[in-house]
Amino acid sequence: MQEALDRVIEKYRLEEGSVISLLQDIQEEFGYIPEDSVSYVSDRTGIPQSSFYGVATFYAQFYLKPRGKNIITACCGTACHVKGAERVISRIRRELELTDGEDTTQDGLFTVEDVACVGACSIAPVVIVNKEVHGKVSATQLLKEINNLKKETDA
Amino acid sequence: MPKAVDIRICMGTGGIAAGASAVLERFEEELSSTGVGASVRENCSRHNVGCRGFCARDVLVDVILDGERTTYQYIKPDMVQRIVEEHIVSGNPVEDWVVTDDYHNFHEKQVKVVLSDCGEVDPEDINSYKSRGGYKAVESVIGSKTPEDVIEMIKSSGLRGRGGAGFPTGLKWEFARKPESDQKYIICNADEGDPGAFMDRSIIEGNPHSVIEGMTIGAYCIGADKGYVYIRAEYPLAVKRLRIALEQAKEAGYLGENILGSGFSFNIKVKLGAGAFVCGEETALIASIEGQRGMPRAKPPFPAQQGLWGKPTVINNVETFSNVPYIVTKGPDWFSSFGTEKSKGTKVFALTGKIRNTGLIEVPMGMSLKEIIYDIGGGMERGEFKAVQTGGPSGGCIPKDMIDINVDFESLAKVGSIVGSGGMVVLDDTDCMVNIAKFFLEFTQRESCGKCTPCRVGTKRLLEILDRVTEGKGKSGDIELLLTLGQDIKDSSLCGLGQTAPNPILSTIKYFRDEYEAHINEKRCPAAVCKAMLTYTILEDACKGCTLCAKACPSDAISGEKKKPHVIDQGLCVKCGACFDTCKFKAVHKE
Repeated sequence: MQEALDRVIEKYRLEEGSVISLLQDIQEEFGYIPEDSVSYVSDRTGIPQSSFYGVATFYAQFYLKPRGKNIITACCGTACHVKGAERVISRIRRELELTDGEDTTQDGLFTVEDVACVGACSIAPVVIVNKEVHGKVSATQLLKEINNLKKETDA
Repeated sequence: MPKAVDIRICMGTGGIAAGASAVLERFEEELSSTGVGASVRENCSRHNVGCRGFCARDVLVDVILDGERTTYQYIKPDMVQRIVEEHIVSGNPVEDWVVTDDYHNFHEKQVKVVLSDCGEVDPEDINSYKSRGGYKAVESVIGSKTPEDVIEMIKSSGLRGRGGAGFPTGLKWEFARKPESDQKYIICNADEGDPGAFMDRSIIEGNPHSVIEGMTIGAYCIGADKGYVYIRAEYPLAVKRLRIALEQAKEAGYLGENILGSGFSFNIKVKLGAGAFVCGEETALIASIEGQRGMPRAKPPFPAQQGLWGKPTVINNVETFSNVPYIVTKGPDWFSSFGTEKSKGTKVFALTGKIRNTGLIEVPMGMSLKEIIYDIGGGMERGEFKAVQTGGPSGGCIPKDMIDINVDFESLAKVGSIVGSGGMVVLDDTDCMVNIAKFFLEFTQRESCGKCTPCRVGTKRLLEILDRVTEGKGKSGDIELLLTLGQDIKDSSLCGLGQTAPNPILSTIKYFRDEYEAHINEKRCPAAVCKAMLTYTILEDACKGCTLCAKACPSDAISGEKKKPHVIDQGLCVKCGACFDTCKFKAVHKE
């Protein structure tokens, strides 16, 4: 972990106002912001931990907990909303047995999250599965995709 | 055999989602030494181009044979072989797949300035942009014209900010030009956060060099040597193409030290936004670039006096910058020949929702809403036209009987909506206006940064009232409370987010008060959207007993024998609507 963090710190050493960039790179490396990484980077850079947490909790992009192996991002922009995104989302959340306030499945296989708008409104509703954009999705289609992903993990 | 073949494949986010990469791959295969197109391989160029707006028809493919263009729509990889064989090799276009009249209608009434090169140039190739006159503006300005002259030119063109507020761009530049400072900055706001708007993404994906060129001219005018593009991390393709474009521009000498030997230096850095709608507000965006929480501060001082790191700063939106090179090359008079008296030029809109032709359009300011919806948009998809939501969470709804309104800054403001960044969501009779208002409030409430009380607490209270109205627990007096509270929040919030957050509520109450009243007094949702007031039933006469609904039902609430009418157990029904969506016989009824 230290080696990776030192690399990140070095990259932004000369830059002013690098808290967000530091956090983005840490998350790129680990998939989330581990507590240890914050204390380490804070010690090395002299930027107080509170600054990191202040920023990390302000922006939607940062995660303080590990996320699932597969990430399903549902767009809930206006166009998607009027094209029934909510019904699709609640169907897959139910399928994955996610209760309110929970985003990641117990087995750590899936994380289901919202994004305000991915800007692909003309093919609404849109869901991104592992960085691949799917347009005009239906719940049935997604359930199939989820089952495929489950099988891939089992294999 | 054709002398020159040019294949252009639409590769915006929409195109890629529809499978454009696989289509391109298939073209490569068919044109390889063993494919059917082997004989024309040598004189055939393949390009990916940016979005040309009509994403609903993706994958769009242009085949240009010796200058003659044929456009194909809905292309899938397995259709490529036939196109190569019959069209490219033998010269007979595959008529079945060529775009239809409505494709031409979609484009006919549009006037493209900013989008004129989108879908034509290869966004990852600077020479492609240059071959269409790209960077001519920078060449004609830097070293030859004084910054004051250029500012005057932008002022006389009448260009106003395309990000929402519509502030005159030339004036903004003049304000930032005046103060003496050792350092100035120019920032491109590409943190397109409005749900329902995607023009900035498409411009950067389709023609990133026009934005860079616009920024460079802006920097020259105000005397900045550093620039930032603050762009959403949710737009990976746009970020990638922007970075490629910046590298190429630097290599070609349009960015960097001593540009074109003029002594003027300018560099651009990419800053990834971290996901906060409020960062669309200038001062919040500046805080975010400085690495802090993106919270706005009071103005004045305006960024033009004290912006990034306390230095004079100009912030413009992507579309605004992208207009600049065209204004410089073609002249301010040409630009101001489009539009209305006070709103000059064109505006890009993201036309989405329940309309047939969804996509990105560019029209002269002042075009009527009716023309946009029926002539360009091709009319409604299924239902009956009810309203258009413009301007996203800061905007409002324009009802059916105002469809003749002209779309420009002034006219929309007069009816309680805004042009905003250009989102235009068309709603039909199956959309509940209270639900739409609640949708936006959920968004602004979540995105409120929490700095000032009216916005932090006020939006929360507004949402609570809307929650109870949509749950069938509304009380008499709720409408009046929404109106008073909404006005108070508008009057007393610190920044644009709070000042406009109540707009979706105020405008829907203004035009659709009866829907609010039905929810509150009759506990009924006229559009049959609000779950708590809905009941799903199966119409015995229409049900064929196909069992699809029973299979789709997640709570096993539907029972019945094959080929006999099914029944929904109301006690088990979770009102998810899965049965309604799957039924092919319209046998599921909701009210």
